[in-house]
Amino acid sequence: MKTTTLNAGPASSAAEPKQDSRQGGKRKTSRINRFMVSPSVLVLALWMVIPLSMTIYFSVIRYNLLYPADNEFVGLENFQFFVTDFGFMAGMSNTLLLVGAVLLITVVLGVLISLLVNQAFWGRGIVRILLISPFFIMPTVNALIWKNLLLHPVSGVFAAIWKFFGATPIDWFSEFPLFSIIMIVSWQWLPFAILLLMTALQSLDQEQQEAARLDGAGPWALFFHLTLPHLARPIAVVVMIETIFLLSIFAEIFTTTGGGPGYETTNLAYLIYSQALLQFDVGLASAGGLIAVVLANIAAFFLVRLIGKSLTEKQ
Amino acid sequence: MLSLKQRRSLNTLLMGVLAWGVALAIFFPIFWMLLTSFKTEIDAFATPPQLFFSPTLENYTLVNERSDYLHFAWNSVVVSFGSTIIGMMLAVPAAYSMAFFETKRTKGTLLWMLSTKMLPPVGVLVPIYLIFKDTGLLDTKTGLVIIYTLINLPIMIWMAYTYFKEIPKEVLEAARMDGSTLFQEIWRVLLPMSKGGLAATVLLSLILSWNEAFWSLNLTASEAAPLTALIASYSSPEGLFWAKLSAVSTLACAPILIFGWISQKQLVRGLSFGAVK
Repeated sequence: MKTTTLNAGPASSAAEPKQDSRQGGKRKTSRINRFMVSPSVLVLALWMVIPLSMTIYFSVIRYNLLYPADNEFVGLENFQFFVTDFGFMAGMSNTLLLVGAVLLITVVLGVLISLLVNQAFWGRGIVRILLISPFFIMPTVNALIWKNLLLHPVSGVFAAIWKFFGATPIDWFSEFPLFSIIMIVSWQWLPFAILLLMTALQSLDQEQQEAARLDGAGPWALFFHLTLPHLARPIAVVVMIETIFLLSIFAEIFTTTGGGPGYETTNLAYLIYSQALLQFDVGLASAGGLIAVVLANIAAFFLVRLIGKSLTEKQ
Repeated sequence: MLSLKQRRSLNTLLMGVLAWGVALAIFFPIFWMLLTSFKTEIDAFATPPQLFFSPTLENYTLVNERSDYLHFAWNSVVVSFGSTIIGMMLAVPAAYSMAFFETKRTKGTLLWMLSTKMLPPVGVLVPIYLIFKDTGLLDTKTGLVIIYTLINLPIMIWMAYTYFKEIPKEVLEAARMDGSTLFQEIWRVLLPMSKGGLAATVLLSLILSWNEAFWSLNLTASEAAPLTALIASYSSPEGLFWAKLSAVSTLACAPILIFGWISQKQLVRGLSFGAVK
């Protein structure tokens, strides 16, 4: 976490306020200034340092809540157990599949839909509102509505559509459990991509587009040479922010499949949860937690650099 | 043969129809949830699903009797408003000082705050759970308020910061020259000038804490459980429950959906940490 900020680059100190003769006044304001950031810095530092160092400590001792007295130092044994556990490989591959598939779906559809909505047509305001709504639905509602009302193999809407076309309805959660989770999560996060990309498209240079069109550029050329490069950074932002949240997907799995059948929908977050609060193995769960922290930091590293860059450009 | 202008307007029409189609498809699950909440349990479970039925309000009355909806809703209100108020009291001064009294460390501090947001919750689940257990914070609203304040604080600071950055420094300096105290400067000049942005910050914080479902599921049981946890309890159903599930879900989502609609344009900033405007 701390390493991510090292590459932030030199802060611009050029923006110092104009100096008048009131040196003393300036020193006083700078003291007040420090006082005003410090509560936030302090609580966030505590929030980072205390639990994280506890996680590190727990990860190298034997600690099961069922046998709380037996806490000897075991070195990297917990990591070894966690990584060689059967659930780990399943958890890792499910996590990567879930994150990768949702990213692909939300970014591709997000670009297409935001381009579509960027045109002028009747009722655009309402269309925007309809499109972004799923993002504001709480994850537990999202999961249960999809599981029961839409994907149910007998009375669900999808089953009715399948029957209408003469196909056999699919029992989504037992035949394609991970895919069902991917669908649910994509529905929730597609609006996020649309919202950000729609906003980014509004700053697209219309005159440049018009000029290129007059020069005979077709819609494909326009898309690949003007629109897509313009969207490159917002897409990168979408990818990285979504990655950070998608690595921690929990409630959707908790309320629909409980990680099953078997380990088929267990991601890293759910695996750690089940080791900590269902099997009470604090040491093992902490080792897993640290692995999750490292994974998230890889995505965070790039995001922080990107955002740091946009911070400098603004000034 | 259509003229160029006609072809263009036909094109726009088709695009409009397509956009409406996509939007309605994406919105469909929410519409269906609303519809199901007015069905009887028999109608809700009917095969094929019913589009036309005689609506009833009994689910909404039953929901409150059976599952004590108001208790959970009150918890959600207390927790999300509590964490938002405390968060704003921390975030506004921090953003003010970073936006108007920039030092060499400001940028690093901002990015460091952002990086705390990237700590995956499972990474600290065990210690937080144990600390809460030892301090009696488990299953209390206070505990959730603390957690939600901490996880949303970086976003709130960032969002307020980007709005404050748009206010010319000179305006605040002028107020200071006129002899305003720090408090007057913030209260009478800064806050009125950034009303819209701060309102969006408040709304985003409310939305995020209202919908948060990792900590609420892991740290609460019955006493302090907010709506996210109440709805999760419907995952192990007894008998027919779809219509009731839909009613309780509609009640739980409606206020936040409206907040989201109101603030959609401003939310982008907070959600992207100022990288997309």
